[in-house]
Amino acid sequence: MSENVTLEILRYMPEVDSEPHFQTYTIPYRDDWVVLDGLNYIKDQVDATLSYRWSCHMAICGSCGMMINGEAKLACHAFLRDYRHGVIRIEPLDHFPIERDLVIVMDSFMEKLSSVKPYVITQEKKSLSDGENLQTPLQLMAFKQYTLCINCLLCYAACPQCGLNEKFVGPAALALAHRYNLDSRDDGKEQRADVVASNEGIWECTFVGACSEVCPKHVDPAAAIQQTKISASLDWFKARLMPGADR
Amino acid sequence: MSRRPYIRKVERGWWLGHRRYVVYMIRELSSLFVGLYCALLVLGLVRLAQGRAAWDGFLAVLSSPLGVLFQLICLAFAAYHSVTWFALTPKAMPLALRGEPVPPKAIVGMHYGVWAVVSLVVLIAAGI
Repeated sequence: MSENVTLEILRYMPEVDSEPHFQTYTIPYRDDWVVLDGLNYIKDQVDATLSYRWSCHMAICGSCGMMINGEAKLACHAFLRDYRHGVIRIEPLDHFPIERDLVIVMDSFMEKLSSVKPYVITQEKKSLSDGENLQTPLQLMAFKQYTLCINCLLCYAACPQCGLNEKFVGPAALALAHRYNLDSRDDGKEQRADVVASNEGIWECTFVGACSEVCPKHVDPAAAIQQTKISASLDWFKARLMPGADR
Repeated sequence: MSRRPYIRKVERGWWLGHRRYVVYMIRELSSLFVGLYCALLVLGLVRLAQGRAAWDGFLAVLSSPLGVLFQLICLAFAAYHSVTWFALTPKAMPLALRGEPVPPKAIVGMHYGVWAVVSLVVLIAAGI
């Protein structure tokens, strides 16, 4: 006996729709299918107009983030079998404008990401002949988990502050700023501080903790932001209390 | 084809849809009661400075049924605030000893330990 599963998908086609609406699809159920397989089945067999982003199907590329029954998830990381009790409701990621169907506009995130200068900044340029920038395992451990971010934006969709203030730099960008600030090879902390330690940076975070709960790579942006708050506060006091301190 | 991105509004009841947001909102609300209790303490100082009669009146209000109820509510919210905050401390203050990360449970335990010690000191200082 073949089983079916029903997906309720938020559709928005800007050339015909004035606002998004739900469309229901009933598709075959497979025990080893993830939600992304279901979407691919619809795209191939039922309705070719459905739009969504995906690429790797293995929780690496970070393209297929969407709201599945109200929770920010990677569609390739959510098995149909875990949602069998009823209709599966699929929407584009919360807190982002909808470009079309499940595709969101992520321009704001790209700007925020580049604003925190997420790369190693060194004060003195070294030439190739000077060799590698060596790092001990202990120095690597300080920031390694934050390197695992795949920019899937689930944390932005889960964070209420991102929904309430679109200027909030947000969990992933702040976690990456923290990652480079903690890097023993980096001297760029001061350059990042203008954005990171601003009102729209770490201080907009109220420690809901949802970002870390939904992160498919267990990056823990909430921890990064709280640690940055402590470090930024210490820097603020140091700059005012220590004679001759820059920042 | 021209683009026409659609922006969905955040609904007023956004926090009712998931347990984690409800828990968070209660934590935010709890700070209101912690603040009110702080205001009560400041008021107590003011009444104390105004003399014996004012201070006795303040104590009478505190020990009235409504006063006790208010303090119990504040205590409940303050406890909720503290417990949920302690649970989050390993994220905000990760510690490492000799290159090894301290287990989160130990960090939370230390906070409860400090809480117990401070409470004991306050109780002894209050002569109870």
